[in-house]
Amino acid sequence: MAVASGASSGADLHLDRLTKRFGSSRAGAPAALAVDDLTLTVPAGTFFALLGPSGCGKTTTLRMVAGLEEPTSGRVLIGGQDVTATRAHQRPVNTVFQSYALFPHMDVLANVAFGLRRRRRRDAEAAAREALELVELAHLADRRPGQLSGGQQQRVALARAVVNRPAVLLLDEPLGALDLKLRRQMQVELKRIQTDVGLTFVHVTHDQEEAMTMADRVAVMNDGQVEQLGAPQELYDLPRSAFVANFLGQSNLVPGTVTGARGDLLEVALAGGGHALVPRGRSVSATGRVVVGVRPEKVHIAPDADRDGAAEPAANSFGTGTVVDASFAGVSTQYLVDVPGAGRLSVFTQNLGHAPLVRRGDRVRLSWAPEHGFGLRGDDDPAAGTLEHQDTAATDATAATDATADAVVAG
Amino acid sequence: MAALAGLSPTAAAGPPPGRRGARWTPYLLLAPGLLWLLLFFVLPLVLLVTTSLSEPVPGGEVGQTRPAFRVANYTEALADYWPWFLRSVGYGLLATVLALLIGYPLAYAIAVRARARPLVQQLLLVAVVAPFFTSFVLRTIAWRQVLADESVVVSALKALAVLPDDARLTATPLAVVAGLTYNFIPFMTLPIYASLERLDPRLLEAGQDLYAGPATTFATVTLPLSLPGVVAGTLLTFIPATGDYVNAALLGGPGSAMLGNVIDSRFFRVVDYPTAAALSFLLMALILALVALYVRRAGTEDLL
Repeated sequence: MAVASGASSGADLHLDRLTKRFGSSRAGAPAALAVDDLTLTVPAGTFFALLGPSGCGKTTTLRMVAGLEEPTSGRVLIGGQDVTATRAHQRPVNTVFQSYALFPHMDVLANVAFGLRRRRRRDAEAAAREALELVELAHLADRRPGQLSGGQQQRVALARAVVNRPAVLLLDEPLGALDLKLRRQMQVELKRIQTDVGLTFVHVTHDQEEAMTMADRVAVMNDGQVEQLGAPQELYDLPRSAFVANFLGQSNLVPGTVTGARGDLLEVALAGGGHALVPRGRSVSATGRVVVGVRPEKVHIAPDADRDGAAEPAANSFGTGTVVDASFAGVSTQYLVDVPGAGRLSVFTQNLGHAPLVRRGDRVRLSWAPEHGFGLRGDDDPAAGTLEHQDTAATDATAATDATADAVVAG
Repeated sequence: MAALAGLSPTAAAGPPPGRRGARWTPYLLLAPGLLWLLLFFVLPLVLLVTTSLSEPVPGGEVGQTRPAFRVANYTEALADYWPWFLRSVGYGLLATVLALLIGYPLAYAIAVRARARPLVQQLLLVAVVAPFFTSFVLRTIAWRQVLADESVVVSALKALAVLPDDARLTATPLAVVAGLTYNFIPFMTLPIYASLERLDPRLLEAGQDLYAGPATTFATVTLPLSLPGVVAGTLLTFIPATGDYVNAALLGGPGSAMLGNVIDSRFFRVVDYPTAAALSFLLMALILALVALYVRRAGTEDLL
C-alpha cells in the first residue's frame, strides 16, 4: 500500500520475465502474445528508450510498469521493491500519455497539482507552479487545457508527471502528435529536463532518430522481445540482427559464406560476386552462412573505369553495379546501386566537391573498410525491420521465437 | 434552463455582410417557433395572470368572474394551500434524489462499463427508453395494479414480513414518490448517459496514474465531467415531478395529494378559476426560483 514518498533522483526499474498475453487462452481463440518473457534493467537516473515498430509490445510493457495493465506472468521491480501486485495509484510511477489525458475540467495549475494533492502535499500549489516554470508555462497556469496548443498541452502533461518526482517517469510516445519542428524542439527540451531533475525516464517511441538523440540507452523491441540493448552509438555501429540494422538507421545487408580466416578477420564470399573481410568480434557467427552488413555512409562509391585503384585486393567490395537512382539532399547525395545477385544497395556521400561523383546509369564499384562491416546470423532475413517488410519480418520473428517459447505453444 | 441551453454550442456569428436578404434569414427561421410560443405560451400565461387577479361576479353563476386586481387571491391561496406547496416540492425533491441514485449507476453501467460490448449497450438503452412506448398514464395505472392490496407484490411482502399484515401501499406517500421516481428515471438517465458516454477512459487512467484510487478518481474526474448531465437530468426530473398530479391522483390518497391535484380540483370541480390560476402561477414561480438557485450553485457553464 505504501506510496513511495517522492524519490528525489529516480530508482532502478527491473523487469523480470515479464509476459503479457491478450485474450483468453481457454476459449480456443489463440491468445495474442504482446510481451514475451521480457527481462530488462533500467539503471536509476538514465534516459532509457524502448524503440520498436507499432505492435512490438513497447506500449504494453510501459502500461505494465505503470500498473494500467496486469502482466500474465513475471514481475516488475522498482528500486528493488516488487510492485507487480500493486495497483496504478499505489506505484511511485507517473506517465506522460500519448494523448496527454489532461483533465479538461481543471485549469493547468490544478492539473499539475493533481498528483501532489492526492498525496496530501501541503505545498502542492507552489510545487506545481515551480514545475510549470520548468516547462516555461507559468504564465498559462489558470488556462484550461482546451485553450492550449498541442505543444503546450504536451508540456503541461510533462509537468504534471515530473512534479511528483516519481521513481520512474514513463513517456508513451509523447511527441507523436506534434509536427516535426516542434518535435525536434521538444526532444531537446525533454533531454534538458531529464538532466535537470535527474529522474529515471523510460521513453517509448517508434521514431529511431528520437530514440538515438535523446536516450542514454536504447532497447530495440520486436515482437514482444528485446532484440538488442545498448547505447545508441553501440547499436548503430554494431547491430546484432538484421532487424536492428534496418530499424535503427539503414543498412546494406548481403548474404554470404565464410570461406576462411585471416588472423582476426573472417573471409566471406558474398552473393553477387563480392568479397569481404569481417572482424571476428563484429560477427554474430563465424562459420557457414552469414549476412554481412555495412552502413550506407561507410560505403565508397567509385566509377568502375578507375581500374588503377591500388586498394582493390585489401578493401571489401560488393562488386560492380549500376547506379539506378541518385538523389541530392543538400549535405549529401544518396545513391541506389543495383548489384546483380546482391540486391539494391544504398550509398550516402557527402557533397564535398562541385560535381557529383557518378551519375545515374554509371557502372560503379562499391567498397568499404573492414572495420566498418558487421556479420549477422546466416538465417537472418536481410529485409527484417525495413519499412516495406515490417509485416513479413514480424511473422519471421514469430517463427524464430516459437522454438524457445514452447510454453506459449502449449497454451 | 440556462444549463440546458448551455449544453448546445452557442452560435454567436453575426450575419455575413453584403447580401441584404441574408440579414433577415435568422428571423425568418425563428418566426414559426416564436409564433407558436406567442400563441400557446405567452398568450395563455397572460390569460392565467389576468384570471388569477379577477374576482367572482357578485350574485353571478358559478365560476363567473370579472377582471379586477385582486391580489388577495394570491395571499389567500398561499395561506390556504401552503402545505400542498411543501408536499409538492418535497415529493419532487425526493423523487429527483431517488431517480438520481438509481439513474446515475444505471447510466454509468451503460455508458462506461458496457462500452466494450456495443450490443449490450444498445439493449440496455432500449430497455431505458422502452417505457416511452406506452402512455405515461397507462404505466401509472399499471403501477396501481402492482401496488394494489391484493397484488402479488404486496402479498409477497407481507408473507416475507417486510410489511405488516394490515399495511397497504396504494394511497400512501410512498406509492406517489415511487411512481414519480419510476416515471422520471429515463429523463434522469439519458442526459447522464450522454455526458458519461463522452468520458475519455484515458482520463481515468491518468487519474489512477496520479495516485487517485478508484473512489477518488470517480470523485475528482468522472463525477465533475458528468455534472452537466446530472444538472440536466435533475432539472428534467424535478420540474415535471413537482408539478405532476397523475401519480398522486392514481397512486395517492387524500393525505398525499400534491399541488397539481389541488389546482385540478379548483379548476374542474370547485370551478374557482382565480384561486386555481393563482396557485398555478405561484407553483411556476416557486419552481423557477428553486431551479435558478440550483443552476447558480451547480455552476455548470464552467464545465463546458
